[in-house]
Amino acid sequence: MNKFAALLLLLLSGALLAFGEAPKDSCVTCHSALDGKQSEPAKKFDSDIHRQAGLGCADCHGGDRNDDSMNAMSPAKGFRGAPKKTQIPEFCARCHSDIAYMHRYNPKMRADQLSQYLTSVHGKRLKQGDTKVAACVDCHSVHDILAVSDSRAPVYPMNVATTCGHCHSDPAHMKGYNIPTDQVEKYSKSVHAQMIAQGDTSAPTCTTCHGNHGATPPGVASVANVCGTCHVFFAQLFEKSPHQAAFTKMGLPGCVQCHSNHEIVKPSDDWVGTGPNSVCMNCHAAGDKGFAAAQKIAGDIARLKTFLGRAEDTLTTAEHSGMEVSTPKVELASAHEALVKARVIVHSFNPAEVQKLTDQGTEISRKAYQAGVVALEERDVRRKGLGVSLIFIVLAISGLYLKIRQIESRPSS
Amino acid sequence: MAGTERPETNPTRPSRRWINVLLGSGVLASVASFLYPAIRYIIPAQVAESTSRSVVAGKVTELKRNSGKVFKFGSKPALLVHTADGEWKAFSAVCTHLNCTVQYREDHRQIWCACHNGFYDLQGRNVSGPPPRPLDAFEVHIQGDDVIVTRSA
Amino acid sequence: MKAIVRPILNWLDERFGAGSIEEFLRHKTVPLHRHTIWYYFGGMTLFLFIVQVLTGILLLLYYRPTPEDAYESVQYIVTQVRFGWLIRSIHSWSANLMIFTAFVHMFSVFFLKAYRKPRELTWITGMLLLFLAMGFGFSGYLLPWNTLAFFATKVGTEMAGAVPIVGKWMLIFLRGGEEVTGATLTRFFGFHVAVLPGLATTLLAAHLLLVQRLGMSVPPGVEQAIKEGRQEARSMPFFPNFLLRDIIGWYAALGVLGALAAIFPWELGAKADPFVAAPAGIRPEWYFLFMFQTLKLIPAKVLFLEGEFAGILVFSLAAAVWVIVPFLDYRAGFGRVTRFFTGLGIFVLVFMGVMSLLALR
Repeated sequence: MNKFAALLLLLLSGALLAFGEAPKDSCVTCHSALDGKQSEPAKKFDSDIHRQAGLGCADCHGGDRNDDSMNAMSPAKGFRGAPKKTQIPEFCARCHSDIAYMHRYNPKMRADQLSQYLTSVHGKRLKQGDTKVAACVDCHSVHDILAVSDSRAPVYPMNVATTCGHCHSDPAHMKGYNIPTDQVEKYSKSVHAQMIAQGDTSAPTCTTCHGNHGATPPGVASVANVCGTCHVFFAQLFEKSPHQAAFTKMGLPGCVQCHSNHEIVKPSDDWVGTGPNSVCMNCHAAGDKGFAAAQKIAGDIARLKTFLGRAEDTLTTAEHSGMEVSTPKVELASAHEALVKARVIVHSFNPAEVQKLTDQGTEISRKAYQAGVVALEERDVRRKGLGVSLIFIVLAISGLYLKIRQIESRPSS
Repeated sequence: MAGTERPETNPTRPSRRWINVLLGSGVLASVASFLYPAIRYIIPAQVAESTSRSVVAGKVTELKRNSGKVFKFGSKPALLVHTADGEWKAFSAVCTHLNCTVQYREDHRQIWCACHNGFYDLQGRNVSGPPPRPLDAFEVHIQGDDVIVTRSA
Repeated sequence: MKAIVRPILNWLDERFGAGSIEEFLRHKTVPLHRHTIWYYFGGMTLFLFIVQVLTGILLLLYYRPTPEDAYESVQYIVTQVRFGWLIRSIHSWSANLMIFTAFVHMFSVFFLKAYRKPRELTWITGMLLLFLAMGFGFSGYLLPWNTLAFFATKVGTEMAGAVPIVGKWMLIFLRGGEEVTGATLTRFFGFHVAVLPGLATTLLAAHLLLVQRLGMSVPPGVEQAIKEGRQEARSMPFFPNFLLRDIIGWYAALGVLGALAAIFPWELGAKADPFVAAPAGIRPEWYFLFMFQTLKLIPAKVLFLEGEFAGILVFSLAAAVWVIVPFLDYRAGFGRVTRFFTGLGIFVLVFMGVMSLLALR
């Protein structure tokens, strides 16, 4: 179907829509009445975003939507039929790569999906005839395509991992490609997956790090950049640290080396140091500089945690027993902050930097702890005041006692 | 006076007068030691109300426009902001990510957490970085020279 | 001293007839025998009640009965108000001491059978006052709005709900709703500072009036001994002898209260959070422990009744029996000691003691 006819049809349906009437679409009408697979597309099409925009089957497949006969599907009317798998990207790109056309619907819409796709592993393999890889409809679905921002869409951030997993987690499907099939499973254990599950769509999912249309796993050298898009401070620190040069030389990816790529879990303090859970020990051994640095860093952080904990406990006890300790509590917040910052500075792998923070935090914790101790002591100082009033009471009681004796020693009352 | 024994005849028995003195002074002193705390109690303290509800965050002249300061609210830090437009805003300064203390950034005109580069806008909404939730907002009232921050009802 | 008091009393007498009161007091005597020591406990309870009223009024100057403010206002009292910690701790300790002396007073009256004719009404008003005192304790306990108080109240009011038919209504009435909320706090505050004091004042006036009218009861054994001439009937004037001894006791109580406040100050605790799980080991104050423990030990079903309901039923019946004991032990009115009631009293005392100790384990 040539562009002119398409345009005409479009304007026609648009005009009809303007009068609040659904444009006549013979494809939908006939195909809805058929059985099984033949009717599926027509039945699904109601929710499709293209339909909402006033487009019909013929806008993609060609043919004549106003023709009720079988002639509607003749090549003379421009009928294209269903594309083969290898033809799908260009099929969609007919409109989606036409900037002027797309901007009629959404001025901000990108029109480079096809060119991106062709750079991706999926795109390259499809060009070579591999029909097992993903093309447009595998991720976006077909005939019931929803907007990315629609939470029911397969490409809505919360659903992306499941969509990718349809192929990438299926060992039978992935046979022969020599890549693992446990990424989704690992990802689902990660903090990022938890954030997504809680509805935070700004959290990373597969496409955030791998790209969507131009999906390619980041190379070893670019991993840190990818993570660093969100984890800015850590990437900056790492880049200035001795690990940057060392990792580059050894061809190791940055962040992933210690934090994993898919199964990124919440790190714990025992990852640093020389203990059994330490990631430092994956490369370093007793006697080398790294070992000493790891030990120092872990020790400083542990010390700060001890002092912080002690101060918190003392202040809480004082508060619960009724003493005024709001000021030391506020000050202790800075010590807690020092701990949080220390855990960030770890990524400089510089013990001196870490120590600067832990020393700060420890000092503040000590002061707060002292304030708590003083408060508890003050509570006890009240006993002195009690002692004074007890003396008076004893005086009064002795006076009373003697008075009674005096009164009762009189022979008659 | 019948029944009064002369102290000289019985040295072990204190005289009537001493007993009265002892009794009188004991009772007076003990009553005073009860009344003193009661009276001091009734007199209002320097800080008229619990500071966990409402607090004087500072003076109007303390902060120029487009600046902020951290102050103590109860036992937690809070942030007072004098915006570039002249509005006064106050929020909890406890970052909703990992509880660091946030601060006002004049260059960004937003609230920033130094720990992980989180940002909040001037409505307290978390707009960038790891913070998962907005900051709790407090009410600000100007009373004379004082900027008074209260917890919202 | 006398030079000041006499003219004032004369002035009052001319306008008020205070003379007859003075006359009466002058002639009031207290019997002297080996059980005289128990006579002090009624006055001690009254004294501690007055301490409660005075410290309570002081606390009222700063306390705020809403969930947002209650804990903070108590915190303010104990940290910012001068001697606030003292007033608050005395109030909390004196509450416990008062209920203790009230129980001692009640049991001593029971075992010495002072409830017998003509003092039945004194006993009844006294029992009602004891229930009121426990109501004071229960309602006051919630007011600081800390975790312990919140959950203890939840558990306590839950038991009210176990009564069939009226139980649900009772629970809603007590809680001001289905759950323990700010409505409960407001309501308990109203009970604690208005309703209960009003009722207590009325009952106390009746109780004291009756005691003055009827004088002090002498235990049947002593009465008998006097009648048979084995013992002399001795007494001491109430004013000033007994009163001076009373005052020594009250001073000692004040000393104890001050010591408790300074050495074992009453905790502030953590602010109540209705949405967290109850911490382990929640239990009511000691004077409710025996009931609490009994209910825990009762099996889920007793015959055809729900276990909890059966327990509450038994306690209610026991309380009712206890209140009407002067009428049940009518023989005591003739000076006869019915061993059964002494045994019953010992059983109840031991039961309460054992149950309370078990609950503390």
